Amino acid sequence: MATRSVVPFGPQHPVLPEPIHLDLVLEDEKVVEAIPSIGFIHRGLEKLVEKKDFNEMVYVAERTCGICSFGHGYGYVDAVEHIMNIEVPERAQYLRTILFEMSRLHSHLLWLGLLADAFGFESLFMDTWRIREQILNMFEEATGGRVIFSINKIGGLRKDIPNEMLLSFVDRLDGIEKETRVAAKSFLEDSAVKSRLCGVGILTAKEAEELGCCGPMLRASGIRRDTRELGYGAYDDLDLHITTSNKGDSYARTEVRLGEIFQSIDLIKQAVKKIPDGPFDTPVKGFPNGEYMSRIEQPRGEACYYVKANGTKFVTRMRIRTPTFANIPALTKILQGCDMADVPIMIVTIDPCISCTER
Amino acid sequence: MGAINYTGKVLKNLFSKPSTKRYPEEPIKFTDRTRGHIENDMDKCVLCGVCQMRCPTGAIKVSKSEGTWAISPFSCIQCSACVDGCPKKCLSMEHEYQEPGNEKITKVFDLTEAQKERLAEQARIAAEKAAAAKAALAAKKAAEENGQNT
Repeated sequence: MATRSVVPFGPQHPVLPEPIHLDLVLEDEKVVEAIPSIGFIHRGLEKLVEKKDFNEMVYVAERTCGICSFGHGYGYVDAVEHIMNIEVPERAQYLRTILFEMSRLHSHLLWLGLLADAFGFESLFMDTWRIREQILNMFEEATGGRVIFSINKIGGLRKDIPNEMLLSFVDRLDGIEKETRVAAKSFLEDSAVKSRLCGVGILTAKEAEELGCCGPMLRASGIRRDTRELGYGAYDDLDLHITTSNKGDSYARTEVRLGEIFQSIDLIKQAVKKIPDGPFDTPVKGFPNGEYMSRIEQPRGEACYYVKANGTKFVTRMRIRTPTFANIPALTKILQGCDMADVPIMIVTIDPCISCTER
Repeated sequence: MGAINYTGKVLKNLFSKPSTKRYPEEPIKFTDRTRGHIENDMDKCVLCGVCQMRCPTGAIKVSKSEGTWAISPFSCIQCSACVDGCPKKCLSMEHEYQEPGNEKITKVFDLTEAQKERLAEQARIAAEKAAAAKAALAAKKAAEENGQNT
């Protein structure tokens, strides 16, 4: 029997954008077990509800993570709106959906770049990030911020996005789609890329279900589950085609995320066609009293926002359950039996967002 | 086969302009909504303190007694809640980003002389009105007392 050794992986590692530590128990070159430990980036944002009033808390919720910032703000706002029984105008719902799909686009393009970086394809990495830059520019035009948008507020949006601007976005999205299709060809057809992704880190549908995976990780294992199907925001009116794959390996996860990019572009186009005119926010009176659990589909998977309020201007409790937290058990599962050299790819394929997970 | 897929892209990149900008020679283009930093037009400010109340990070300090409006730019999160709440529309969100620095400075804005005079004039008029109202009330009371006596 080969001797076992433990190799520490992270929290500082070239492939990791954020700090997570894994103790890899190795038998020769094979990983036998992976023990994750988190806690390097905990900021105590949930505790801040006691100090910031429920309107100001939107800014804090947004800062949970830089990539899913719009989704976090949306989730919190959605929960408070349900507690206060606020009827959000339809235009605001549509605009939120458009911005949310745009943030899914930029998150997935960022992920593709990180993946290309992980398997050492530098120019593809730069190419996907160049494409992503155009979406950040669109965000800046629409909201004024590139990463933190501060556009959500309880009752709607703080600024309207004019229809002309939305139409110009659609024009630019055509170009982005074209460029992404070229990049997608390299991801899906390149033999060198395929040799790094195909058959690596297989997660079967049963395992994915048992380990409680969510998002593209679950859909790549062949389970068709997407929180957007619940029909929050404007998703009810849009034609949603959920991308799934049956292979369950790293290649399937790339395929699913690439499929979601094109699907998001399609959703934005549909939403821009259907968006109604009218008010984009509604006045809010009083303080929230009650509790609600809001579920939304973040780029990385299903996220839950629990808000409990007692009728004062401070919310008593806010809790965010993030998709990466649900996917870490699956990560430890797929790491078992893989080669040491494949560990970085596998960590990247779950699309870890540690700052969300630890808040 | 794999190499052929990307060759076209590589050749195109070789003969095209870089997609990055040659900053600072080529200046950044800001959009109309870019949130950079907060400026205050002290010729319009009345030091009402609404911005201070609205600021989620407590970056703004308004002192009526000293006639100053101060912001600590390193605490500001560019949410523009103060700009939205400003009743006199003297606050504005400028496009240029806040300059970096070695220490956490506080930017202090003093009221302009003209605005100081205007505010003093307004305060004087308000005081006169209050005094007149007080005098009228006293006269009314005295008249009522006189009426009761007779």
